[in-house]
Amino acid sequence: MGFFTDTSVCIGCKACEVACKEWNAVPEDGLEFTGMSYDNTQGLGADTWRHVAFIEQSKPIGQNETGVDHGAPPGAGGMRWLMASDVCKHCTHAACLDVCPTGSLFRTEFGTVVVQQDICNGCGYCVPACPYGVIDQRKGDGRVWKCTLCYDRIGVGQEPACAKACPTDSIQFGPLDELRERAALRVDQLHDLGVEDARLYGHDPDDGVGGDGAFFLLLDEPEVYGLPPDPVVTTRDLPSMWRHAGVAAATLLGGLAAVFAAHGRKGGAR
Amino acid sequence: MSSSEVGKEGVRGERPGREAQIGKGLRGRGRRGGRRGGRGEKAMVPEAEFTSYYGRPILKPPVWKSFDVAGYFFLGGLAGAGSVLAAGAQLTGRPAAARALKISSLAAICGSTAALVHDLGRPERFYNMLRVMKPTSPMSVGSWLLAAYGPAAGAAAALEVTGLFPRLGRAATAGAAVLGPAVAAYTAVLAADTAVPAWHEAHRELPFVFVGSAAAAAAGMALVAAPVRENAPMRTAAVLGAGLELAAAKVLERRAGPAAEPYKRGRGGAYMRAGEILSAAGTAGCVLLGGRSRAAAALSGAALLASSACTRFGVFHAGVQSAEDPKYTVVPQRERLAGRDAASAS
Ligand code: SF4
Ligand code: SF4
Repeated sequence: MGFFTDTSVCIGCKACEVACKEWNAVPEDGLEFTGMSYDNTQGLGADTWRHVAFIEQSKPIGQNETGVDHGAPPGAGGMRWLMASDVCKHCTHAACLDVCPTGSLFRTEFGTVVVQQDICNGCGYCVPACPYGVIDQRKGDGRVWKCTLCYDRIGVGQEPACAKACPTDSIQFGPLDELRERAALRVDQLHDLGVEDARLYGHDPDDGVGGDGAFFLLLDEPEVYGLPPDPVVTTRDLPSMWRHAGVAAATLLGGLAAVFAAHGRKGGAR
Repeated sequence: MSSSEVGKEGVRGERPGREAQIGKGLRGRGRRGGRRGGRGEKAMVPEAEFTSYYGRPILKPPVWKSFDVAGYFFLGGLAGAGSVLAAGAQLTGRPAAARALKISSLAAICGSTAALVHDLGRPERFYNMLRVMKPTSPMSVGSWLLAAYGPAAGAAAALEVTGLFPRLGRAATAGAAVLGPAVAAYTAVLAADTAVPAWHEAHRELPFVFVGSAAAAAAGMALVAAPVRENAPMRTAAVLGAGLELAAAKVLERRAGPAAEPYKRGRGGAYMRAGEILSAAGTAGCVLLGGRSRAAAALSGAALLASSACTRFGVFHAGVQSAEDPKYTVVPQRERLAGRDAASAS
């Protein structure tokens, strides 16, 4: 089970952010004015499990024209909005889950990735391990928090709160293969309409993280939305890391043994 | 709002009731140039320069406190390499050095464990680490390694000081010497097994930087604590360790591409340079004067210890810098994608 977020219909109402906070009783995390677009939430974090990005660009969408004369003073206008609701990707190969030393992060029967809050010891290892920068530590609590894909709701046959609340069906919930099929149709449709930048992100089961349980239809490059262009599960290189560390440890042991062998017993050759 | 029903078997009726259509009803309807892009085609996008979401980081920087974690790396290395030197000193009849190193290793490993526990958000939950054994988690492997090494190092030191059970003491010393290098090296994997570009891209060289630095630190400790007549092998070990550390760091800076930049700039770069200078001073001092003057040996040893600590802080801060700047996430990944596209095109 997973999410398909079609950002082409997102209107940036932030209903998902609010619904998520309400349902999951996520604490307030700072009401600040950033001056950064209209987005004062800024990004995903321990207390923001859904985040709507607002991107201002001077670029047309499809046949939409920028710079149409509305009688505005010259130099004004000529921009478009992109809005996208971001969330934990529930990776098929999830680095956060791999590196957790306590087994606190686990994979549910729905294929999603969830933190067991009573076991997490707050080591924070999963935080830099996530190639998407999703999971984070809650200050003053020590434990890490992130989207659970509403484990409690889907367990009883409900859809996640964000998908339920989304007024434009930008967030769709369901079995991944169905969602992927629908997403492919939607991209074709957009391409037909001349929206050539439309592309899927995280849909491919052969990508660096084994495909995401939450994938997206984007209208520009992933990094424009604050997403990594080619994320890789960090544990992919782990065998090589252990090998190199093993050789390094052997070098240390062998090197120092050689030093003592060369110097011999005290009072000996040297 | 959709009204889907979800069960473990699947979803029913989840399809949205309408399709949103971008571009419908706008001016200039009808395809311009009739171009139809393939999926994911980016013909309209100009040369991929580096873009980001308002310059915000893509990755979350480590939540670890620099003092705790860089200190943990340093102390773990000092303890691990110290145990090897202690065993060597004992076998070759250098009892004062052996004794000092066993004690310093025990102190260092206690200190590093304290730093680790202090850094946990909820120290009272430390025992959760020992619930599972996961080779995919370097932190889990490290916890078990410490659980084996700590008691060995502790027994080696305690039996040495009390003089009880010499045979058991020798076994503990040998055990600690075998596990020590692993303790010194695994912390490099701990750092590298993250998405942090400066750490991950350096995963081949980092273990060698760490063991070299550990050897230099332990040799430095011996120079500080042991008499001049016993420190000849320690001086050689210091030269080898510092040389390995420096060589591996240089290879890293060349091979890791743009992700190596934080090792040369900013706070990370400053610590790395300080480490190099201290290490050069320490090795030169101990080689030239360490065999003659107790004071010079101690001073060089202290410089080597400080150099090792600086290197660990440098590595730590370079990692944080690389995670905080989206450039280090986007640019290398873009290059990787471009390389893949070029490979599949030809
Ligand atoms: S996006 Fe990050 S936090 Fe979410 S499952 Fe993947 S690795 Fe874990
Ligand atoms: S912070 Fe918690 S969930 Fe994350 S790796 Fe550590 S124990 Fe696991």
